[in-house]
Amino acid sequence: MRHLLFLATRSAWNRRLTLGLTLVSVALSVTLLLGVARVRQEARDSFAQSVSGTDLVVGARTSPVQLMLYAVFRIGEATNNIRWQSYQALASHPEVAWTIPLSLGDSHHGFPVLGTSSAYFEHFRYGSSQGLALAAGKPFADVFDAVLGSEVSEHLGYHLGDHITLTHGMGGEGLAEHADKPFTVVGILAPTGTPVDRTVHISLEAMEAIHLDWQSGAPIPGFSIPAEYVRKFDLTPKEITAMLVGLKSRAAVFKMQRYINDYAPEALLGVLPGVALDQLWEVVGIAERTLLAVSAMVVVVGLTGLTAVILASLGERRRELAILRSVGAKPSDVFLLLTAEGLCVTVLGALIGVILLTLLTALLAPFAQSHFGLVIQPEWISVEEFMLLLSVVGVGLCASLVPGYRAYKLSLADGLTPRL
Amino acid sequence: MSEPIIGIENLVFRWSAGVDPCLDIASFEVQAGERIFLHGPSGSGKSTLLGLFGGVLVPERGRLNLLGVELTKLSSAGRDRFRADHVGFIFQQFNLIPYLSVIDNVLLPCRFSAIRHARVQEGGRTPRSEAERLLSHLDLAAALHDRTATQLSVGQQQRVAAARALIGQPELVIADEPTSSLDAERQIAFLDLLSRECVEAGSALVFVSHDRRLAAGFSREIDLPSINRCAAEGAPV
Repeated sequence: MRHLLFLATRSAWNRRLTLGLTLVSVALSVTLLLGVARVRQEARDSFAQSVSGTDLVVGARTSPVQLMLYAVFRIGEATNNIRWQSYQALASHPEVAWTIPLSLGDSHHGFPVLGTSSAYFEHFRYGSSQGLALAAGKPFADVFDAVLGSEVSEHLGYHLGDHITLTHGMGGEGLAEHADKPFTVVGILAPTGTPVDRTVHISLEAMEAIHLDWQSGAPIPGFSIPAEYVRKFDLTPKEITAMLVGLKSRAAVFKMQRYINDYAPEALLGVLPGVALDQLWEVVGIAERTLLAVSAMVVVVGLTGLTAVILASLGERRRELAILRSVGAKPSDVFLLLTAEGLCVTVLGALIGVILLTLLTALLAPFAQSHFGLVIQPEWISVEEFMLLLSVVGVGLCASLVPGYRAYKLSLADGLTPRL
Repeated sequence: MSEPIIGIENLVFRWSAGVDPCLDIASFEVQAGERIFLHGPSGSGKSTLLGLFGGVLVPERGRLNLLGVELTKLSSAGRDRFRADHVGFIFQQFNLIPYLSVIDNVLLPCRFSAIRHARVQEGGRTPRSEAERLLSHLDLAAALHDRTATQLSVGQQQRVAAARALIGQPELVIADEPTSSLDAERQIAFLDLLSRECVEAGSALVFVSHDRRLAAGFSREIDLPSINRCAAEGAPV
């Protein structure tokens, strides 16, 4: 075997330019495949961890996926709200440890505005049970205080103390503004990699206050309540969009879900976020699976190129193989020689691919963390990536068998005198 | 050694069933240490015969005996091993592996055959020093030994091929038109060197050529068409 290895390495070195280029293409395709797999994993994790620690998400009766879409991802709008009385009833339920009310509907330059309570900063968890942290400032205390998600402040260039006005509705420009009641930025959250980053947070009271003089989605003509007087009104909300519920004991989650879904005074829906997120991922995951399939195709293309290069070299190597036969090489040696070449290029390409990916992630990790809140683990390869690598090597082996078998047949037919 | 190096009896070979045989030899023998000039114009079945000697082809019937071993009774891997251990080949041209150095080309048989490797060591040398000795004997200066094979002239390449065929003292050296790419003067010089080294290594030499002028100095000349009973039909190669 050692002499074959010696010959294989010398022969490969002799063709280092073509093989080297093939190696590069295999390595790059492996980097792409693993990169996509890793980003996919990160995206899936960060998606699945958009909300954590919450036992139930509750909203008006609709589909679980739609409830998750607006309550967690601030995508789309709720068709129905839940009454404040229902919120209070659930919040005071003996199994319930905490609740976070969510009131949506307004926006600021396309970023959703969320009305909530201070419980949000206390109980909201994402990722692996990480709480929200303020990069600057403090949570809202006064009615017209706003706390910005990191992306909002970065994208719009806001700092503490800046004044912002909110837009009624979720559309872009051209909608009615709550211009008479500006908010002050009092806090900016650290990046989380979740929809929180894209959210402007205000208190439920503020949400109520800016709509005091509104009716049916428009300002009441000739009627305006100046900002300084709103505190004189009862700012208790009448409705909220959804709520997050944390239970004292997770064991009660199904009982509580049944209680919510059977809640008599109002048609409510309670969903387990993990289950609903999985359902949702089935929908949005198509893009990610397509991407993975495309990058797998790129690997196949790379390995096909490898097979083509080795097959093409076979023509000029027939003489060489006949010489090896004459000094005692078996046809099976010739087969091994050619197959090993392809396999080595594949394995080497896979290794270089892993190294490239590691370098790239190390290089991009700070960027990903600061811009997307994605914490890319400094691990080498995950089990899933290792399985991908194994399948790449498996496909590479199959691809290498082609020139191996061809060389085997040739050397059987040629014997000691190749017919050139 | 009482056994003949090569013993052939009533050997018939055809490329595939249904076509006419291209070799049909009643008897052919080479004794130890003999130097045979095998004359064969193209089409006389000479390459086929060499393939049989090398064990890459198998006769349809008849005896094909090398060193007392019936090749037809060996497995194909067994014949490959037998060739590595006991036969050295020199071809017409392009004898060398282009990406190996001169020395590594000469050492190839020692890598494939433990027996030839062992014989070199019995002679009290390392394979490398034996390769260097042979190359020097064949008038290849030490400066050339570590060059790549392709940097050598055709004449030099043929001498490297001779050194490779001779290393580890195989019982049989088969040379297939090794001088056809050399000019007349070098042909004679090469033949002399090859003969001398075969005598020194104790190897029998079967020298195949269509050029009868080279036959002088061999112990025996055999005309392949005259012993091959189906040569007249003009089988290919």
